[in-house]
Amino acid sequence: MNFSFLPEYLPYFLTGTVSTVAIAFFTVILGVFIGIFIALMRLAKNPLLRFLSSAYVEVIRGTPVLVQIFIIYYGLPIHFPNTVIFGMDLSRFIPGVIALSINSGAYVAEIIRAGIQAIDKGQMEAARSLGLTNAMAMRWIILPQAIRNILPALGNEFVVVIKESSVVMIIGISELMFNTNIVRGATYIPLEPLYVAAAIYFLLTFTLSKVLGVAERRMRSSD
Amino acid sequence: MIETKDLHKKFGKLHVLKGIDLTIDKGEVVVVIGPSGSGKSTFLRCLNLLEHPSHGEIIFEGVNITSRQNDINQQRQKMGMVFQQFNLFPHLTVMKNLTLAPMKLKKLSRENAEAGAMRLLERVGLTDKAQVFPAQLSGGQKQRIAIVRALAMEPDVMLFDEPTSALDPEMVGEVLDVMKKLASDGMTMVVVTHEMGFAREVGTRILFMDEGQVLEDTTPDLLFTDPKTDRAKEFLAKIL
Ligand SMILES: Nc1ncnc2c1ncn2[C@@H]1O[C@H](COP(=O)(O)OP(=O)(O)OP(=O)(O)O)[C@@H](O)[C@H]1O
Ligand SMILES: [Mg+2]
Repeated sequence: MNFSFLPEYLPYFLTGTVSTVAIAFFTVILGVFIGIFIALMRLAKNPLLRFLSSAYVEVIRGTPVLVQIFIIYYGLPIHFPNTVIFGMDLSRFIPGVIALSINSGAYVAEIIRAGIQAIDKGQMEAARSLGLTNAMAMRWIILPQAIRNILPALGNEFVVVIKESSVVMIIGISELMFNTNIVRGATYIPLEPLYVAAAIYFLLTFTLSKVLGVAERRMRSSD
Repeated sequence: MIETKDLHKKFGKLHVLKGIDLTIDKGEVVVVIGPSGSGKSTFLRCLNLLEHPSHGEIIFEGVNITSRQNDINQQRQKMGMVFQQFNLFPHLTVMKNLTLAPMKLKKLSRENAEAGAMRLLERVGLTDKAQVFPAQLSGGQKQRIAIVRALAMEPDVMLFDEPTSALDPEMVGEVLDVMKKLASDGMTMVVVTHEMGFAREVGTRILFMDEGQVLEDTTPDLLFTDPKTDRAKEFLAKIL
């Protein structure tokens, strides 16, 4: 094993890691908004809204994320400024985050829907039988219970996004995987930089899982 | 107070209610019995539109609640419902279970709603459980709370769907006692139950349902001593 490249190229891994975390962070935030929106459509009375939202979910889940990223990157009519922040070119970073969020949003919508559907239907009936409107019953009875199922699954989605975000290297975003490839090219060491990348990804996801696990236990015990 | 006119309900091809015409007056305690699957729950759930009838009308306090223009939430405030599975809100304390609807719908202040809730809890002997979550209650306690949760909206009629069927035998009595008190206070009640003792003691009227129809509509004493239809005879022979 040859890790002699590490001292010189460590900064590449570090800025790559920062980018990966930033991409995942913004993707999860945007993805949650998209997911809530799609889930609300899916629960709506209007059949057209329901159709559109389930079509969205099916198409996103039924096509490769790589294809989605290319389509968004080349298909978005807006050109974002070439400003570079933390080594990331916004004209690539923004479409990358948008594509990943559109993807993640479909999964988040399913998480939210499953969380809501897991609540016994007797809860809605009891609430409605008191005269509460559908919206009130959602707000005061269903969502507070569903959120306990949804939050842990959302945390897990964050972990997934960290890993999946590596695919945006394909549009030249200098996140961890992209930078790892630079190191491999520059040093002619094909394998060991990948070990470093794997270790960093694992450290990120493992730490996040543990933190989320603690948060989840806190939430449960505060009942 | 409640009138149903030619009420039908279908679930897809399954014809569950086949024309129910009834008038329930204020102060009546109507007990509904019949074999499993005969449509008792469906009938009860139609009365507050938890199930929407496929055909027919329901008039409640002079309002046709099945009409498209009607906002059912108004009448539901006047119709309490108690479920077999209690359906208490597990994320809320007993107090909040009782005060949520009055505060949101009647715009009661917290103080007023809580004072009302305490009076109700006193009626069922559970004042000490006000700050407890439903998971910490026994089945009988849960159902008593579910009853007062419905009463907190000061309904004109109470609908009960097998309120004691999910209870351990030793807890049935405490729930029936609450219902008996309610009946003697003059509450209009429609009760689906297999508790024939209760039916005989507090029922002012009994309906025997079979295959989506009301086959007998009489008093408990008359039904138990002299059932008119063979189906009712068979059914009573099995359960008495
Ligand atoms: N939501 C539904 N969708 C489809 N079928 C239903 C639905 N609800 C009830 N049914 C069917 O309608 C019929 C009548 O059901 P219902 O619950 O009214 O009977 P019940 O008299 O209350 O019986 P039980 O004594 O077992 O509670 C049954 O065959 C039942 O399977
Ligand atoms: Mg039933």
